[in-house]
Amino acid sequence: MRGVGAVLRGAPRAATGLAVLGAALLVAPLLVDDYLLSVILITLYFAFVGQAWNLMMGYAGQLSLGHALYVGLGGYAAAAFFVHFGLTPWAGMVIGILVAAAFAAGIGLLAFRFGIGGVYFALLTIAVAEFTRILFEHFEWVGATGGFFLPVENREINDLLMLRGSPAMFYYVILAMTVGLFLANVALIRSRMGYYWMAIREDQDAAQALGINTFRYKMMAVVLSASLTALGGVFLAFYNNNLFPIDAFGIHRSIEIILAPIIGGLGTLFGPILGAFILTPLGEVLTWALDQLGVQMAGVKHLFYGLVLLVIIRSLPGGVWPWFARRLGIEGPEARP
Amino acid sequence: MTDAPLLDVRLISKSFRGLRAVSQVSLAVRPGEIVGLIGPNGAGKTTTFNMIAGVFPPDEGEIRFDGADITGLRADQVCHAGIGRTFQLVKPFYGLSVEDNVLIGALRATRDVDAARAAAVDLLDRFGLADRRHQAAGALTLPDRKRLEVARAMATRPRLLLLDEVMAGLRPGETDEMVQVFQTLNRETGLTILMIEHVMRAVMALSQHIVVLNYGERIAEGEPEQVVRDPKVLESYLGEEAV
Repeated sequence: MRGVGAVLRGAPRAATGLAVLGAALLVAPLLVDDYLLSVILITLYFAFVGQAWNLMMGYAGQLSLGHALYVGLGGYAAAAFFVHFGLTPWAGMVIGILVAAAFAAGIGLLAFRFGIGGVYFALLTIAVAEFTRILFEHFEWVGATGGFFLPVENREINDLLMLRGSPAMFYYVILAMTVGLFLANVALIRSRMGYYWMAIREDQDAAQALGINTFRYKMMAVVLSASLTALGGVFLAFYNNNLFPIDAFGIHRSIEIILAPIIGGLGTLFGPILGAFILTPLGEVLTWALDQLGVQMAGVKHLFYGLVLLVIIRSLPGGVWPWFARRLGIEGPEARP
Repeated sequence: MTDAPLLDVRLISKSFRGLRAVSQVSLAVRPGEIVGLIGPNGAGKTTTFNMIAGVFPPDEGEIRFDGADITGLRADQVCHAGIGRTFQLVKPFYGLSVEDNVLIGALRATRDVDAARAAAVDLLDRFGLADRRHQAAGALTLPDRKRLEVARAMATRPRLLLLDEVMAGLRPGETDEMVQVFQTLNRETGLTILMIEHVMRAVMALSQHIVVLNYGERIAEGEPEQVVRDPKVLESYLGEEAV
């Protein structure tokens, strides 16, 4: 289990599948229409933030139900500095990451120093996200409840430096981010930090008895996960061109982030990606089907997500990926439920 | 063998909600020695262990390891100081493979995952788990989990190993195997051991020195043959049986 290469050599079907998928994703903008491209783009976005959340929950075992906090902070920070000062989002993203990291460190410090664990930790993450939402609803510098808007310019000119341009450009940016994060995760999970996170997830007392500074490694998981999620938030803000406190920080956004990794398989490398590719297209098909039927129902998509989650957890408790990995002939931790 | 103790516990006490679990207990373990800590249930053995291992600090008293004061250090710092431990109720990382369990212990001494894996494979071989190394730890039988617990603690390269009832639940043959492993480790690497043990067969076979606790106090200590004939020790154990 020394890395993806070794795993795939042992499973030729998986290697072929991955190659085909990779090629298809690379040429997708040439083949599909704008709508379909936007669906794949959003799928990749959920694969990205799902991977970021999975580091903290799937590997380090710390449940955050308020990850929209970091999406919102990253997005607002980069967007505000872009709109007010003309700062490139590549620099704005550093500010966004720093702000998100500071919030995460605050939550971690509060929770881990005072022994707030498990469900109380999860509640704390919700509380901070909600508190921040209310704060932003009164934050005039970024538009308060009225929303904050990025100027939409000519979509034909791709300006990668300012992250303004065509859907295809945004598509390649999020594709690179998602693949990049996946490769980084492969290395991370096979490093000492990855093993230490899994030890903490499995049994904190035993981990500490083996010389692991559990406070430090939990803090690293929380801060790293938040920073990466903020990066996803920067992308989302520049792609959507608008930010509203309720849509940035709301609990429904936090839940959306965690569905893909749970369905795909917590604590696996491919799980969050597979989960996103199952859930997002399914949601789109449902929306389309309801449109065709002329049904207008608020929240039906979330109801549907809940149903999918229920079915998956009942039939494949470890998620879809471990089951799928076994069918592909992959052995080892990725195939362990 | 020098005279300076490797572990020197001086008059430590611990109360929980006013209940005195351990009262002014002292004990010393010299380098290369195997010491047994015995006593009836509730005598304060595990509490004493937990104070040495850094789970919680003693209310009073001092713990020195290799001349340095380690009183009140956290569990991970105690491990880095050179003390490894096992848990009475074994705590394997259930979802991880047997090999990864030991590998995580070996990462105490190195950052290099490949080197840690090599060390883990060696240890699993020594503890007779080599053929099960790719299984999930949760799939092991109790005796194998006990072996894994010890192998994982050994992977941190301790100079002193604290064993909390590793023989409990093992059949006599398995106990003898385990005793042999410790004898070999002690002889070949000079590993020092402090063990809580109820299985007298193992205590008598391994210990060069025995400390007896009852009601949180040290009631006897000395060579195994002396201690088991001590009237106070007999009384505390008989008293337990009479209940």
